[in-house]
Amino acid sequence: MTTTTPSTTTSRASSSTGPTRVRRRLGVVDRIVVVLMVVVPAALVLLLVWLPAFGSVALSFGTWNGIGGLDRIQWVGFQNYHDIATIYPPFWPAMRHNLVWLVFLFVFPTMLGIFLAVILDHEMKFSRFYQTAFYLPVVLSLALIGFIWQLFYSRDQGLINDVFHTQVDWYGDPKINLWAVLVATAWRHTGYVMLLYLAGLKSVDASLREAAAVDGANQWQTFFKVVFPVMRPINVIVLVIVVIESLRAFDLVWVINKGRNGLEIIAALVSQNVIGEATRYGFGSALAVIMMAISSVFIAIYLRIVFREEQR
Amino acid sequence: MNRQQRPSLLVPPSALATAAASRRSFLRSAVLGGALLGSPALLAACGGDDSGGGGGGSTKTVKFGVNEAKDSGPAYQRMKGFADAYTKKSGVKVSANYVDHNTFQESINTYLQGSPDDVFAWFAGYRMQQFAEDGLLTDLSDLWPIDGMGDAFKEASTSSDGKQYLVPYDYYPWAVFYTKSLFDKNNWQPPTNYDDMVSLADEMKGKGIAPFAFGDKDGWPAMGTFDILNMRINGFDFHMSLLGGDEAWDSNEVKKVFETWRNLLPYHQEDPLGRTWQETATSLAKGEAGMMMFGTFIGDAIPDAIDDLDFFIYPQIDPSIPADSLDAPIDGFALASAGQNQDAGKEFLKFLGTAEAQDAANAAADAPMIAANENASQDSYSALQLKSAEVVGAAGHIAQFLDRDTDTDFASTVMIPSIQDFLKNPDDIDGLTKSIQEQKVSIFGS
Repeated sequence: MTTTTPSTTTSRASSSTGPTRVRRRLGVVDRIVVVLMVVVPAALVLLLVWLPAFGSVALSFGTWNGIGGLDRIQWVGFQNYHDIATIYPPFWPAMRHNLVWLVFLFVFPTMLGIFLAVILDHEMKFSRFYQTAFYLPVVLSLALIGFIWQLFYSRDQGLINDVFHTQVDWYGDPKINLWAVLVATAWRHTGYVMLLYLAGLKSVDASLREAAAVDGANQWQTFFKVVFPVMRPINVIVLVIVVIESLRAFDLVWVINKGRNGLEIIAALVSQNVIGEATRYGFGSALAVIMMAISSVFIAIYLRIVFREEQR
Repeated sequence: MNRQQRPSLLVPPSALATAAASRRSFLRSAVLGGALLGSPALLAACGGDDSGGGGGGSTKTVKFGVNEAKDSGPAYQRMKGFADAYTKKSGVKVSANYVDHNTFQESINTYLQGSPDDVFAWFAGYRMQQFAEDGLLTDLSDLWPIDGMGDAFKEASTSSDGKQYLVPYDYYPWAVFYTKSLFDKNNWQPPTNYDDMVSLADEMKGKGIAPFAFGDKDGWPAMGTFDILNMRINGFDFHMSLLGGDEAWDSNEVKKVFETWRNLLPYHQEDPLGRTWQETATSLAKGEAGMMMFGTFIGDAIPDAIDDLDFFIYPQIDPSIPADSLDAPIDGFALASAGQNQDAGKEFLKFLGTAEAQDAANAAADAPMIAANENASQDSYSALQLKSAEVVGAAGHIAQFLDRDTDTDFASTVMIPSIQDFLKNPDDIDGLTKSIQEQKVSIFGS
């Protein structure tokens, strides 16, 4: 508001030929601008989000190998969904793995990230160095991380087995490879959460801590009763990030073994069926729709929280 | 034989990493939330003409789609050799479009339905037949028979309608590799029948050597073992019709293949699912394992041991079935029916199949391919290549490898996980074959 006031004053003072600008009602140009600002993003969202989403839902009721026109789609009703739930072995493991991913990411790396942030927030020696070291993995792509960890985990030539003289098949044994991958993910995710909380902690008003100290609160009480609740916006953001990260978990397992053999996750199954040479568009779309449905639940919860926040 | 493009460390051949941009994959990745795959548009149109010179319908230019990236090594050099030799010979300009191998393969559907080059590099087998049946390839039967190519090559270039759609240029057989040094040291001989092979394996095991180096992290290497066991136990014709979708996967024949494999598994390296094929090859080179069922491109992973390598053809199992069939994937050139310049394309293809053209390609490269034309010069071949040529020349039937001989969807989304399941749990063969059959019906429709 403060910035617009002077410009309105000057335009009123300098020109009598443009009375429209002074009025409260919008001028033609402004109206066009406003309309464009609403219509263009709306059209983009419609075109890039809703259209493909509904296209995907439609495709999920047919089989099509991508050759020839859309008229060659055979409509099969709920067959794809039925097949996914009954005769497609990777599906249920994938659902379970996504859930494990979510819980793990929430419990370990997030807590560790908060812990590291709190420690680094105390002006200690070399804290810049530690910050950089913990944050560095975040800069790397997950694909690259998969590659780096391959050097640790390789059964015959990997660092871990070499140092400990073990013969654990970290990436190949379906009982442990999910956990091996989660450790690699956590390595990255921790730094991310740490940075967010570090920023949050820096923004907490120092007088709050002083007040708590004056009231006789110890370190624990100060953090959990005063600082943590104040960081509510950060908490919501981190929560959302964890959910998003675990739903879109993909790159790492794709680099490791294309999401097979113990590393099945929904996003990888979608890709297996529709990306590259494989052309089960109907089947893959059905998987994508299932993924979309799950995401929608979380999105709905998130939006509810945000709207409730705004109403306050 | 240089197949470095096929088995790159991260990208198995048939199941594919990157999302190539196409109208459909655009929709797909948008659904996935964009960020999920976040793939940049690769190869927006591989029909793009990179020389800029070719004037569409001119009879003096033929467009050539190559599945090798520019300057990507000997395979690229050979392709360029083909193009240059033709221009020199006929005066027709070849406008080549060089595209990375995996990218090319992943976008092939879009490519062939858009504005493809006239002549393009592809593979023999079911993957070619599917395109032929969909009318995406031009009938090349008037180019056959090709002087210097036998019936096995003609069979591999033929689609379900009995017509040919491919002109082969190279191949690389799958066989049992071993290191001569290890065999000499222990005074072992390559086995000539199945029982010999098993007793040799027992002896190796007694010495603490894993008889078969084995890794299937990439998903496709174990297919080679399935193929050869099926061909030896049930014969070539059954193998091809099984992969073609005409036989049941829960049949006794298929179960017998898995049972035989289960009995052989104790002779294979443990924990195959965490081992890449490069690591597997390394353990063979280091003498930790005695043998390895693999393609001749094994040398790419262990270049230092290449002179020490030798191979034998997988021995006979059922005495009533001759051991004369093997996997030897054939690469070839085809003519896209949507190509602008059909006549010029055919002329070019006629040249590409000749010994003269394949010699020119080899002469232009640092390392030769095994030319499909048996009249091609073998002067530059390595010892392994000479033996490969001999073995394939003597073969009665050539299969193309599981992922090229069957529906791609079936190979990558059903067979890879199923074989991996089998390796994890080899005892539930009934459950495994039942699951494969159910999924096969869902994909093939019968």
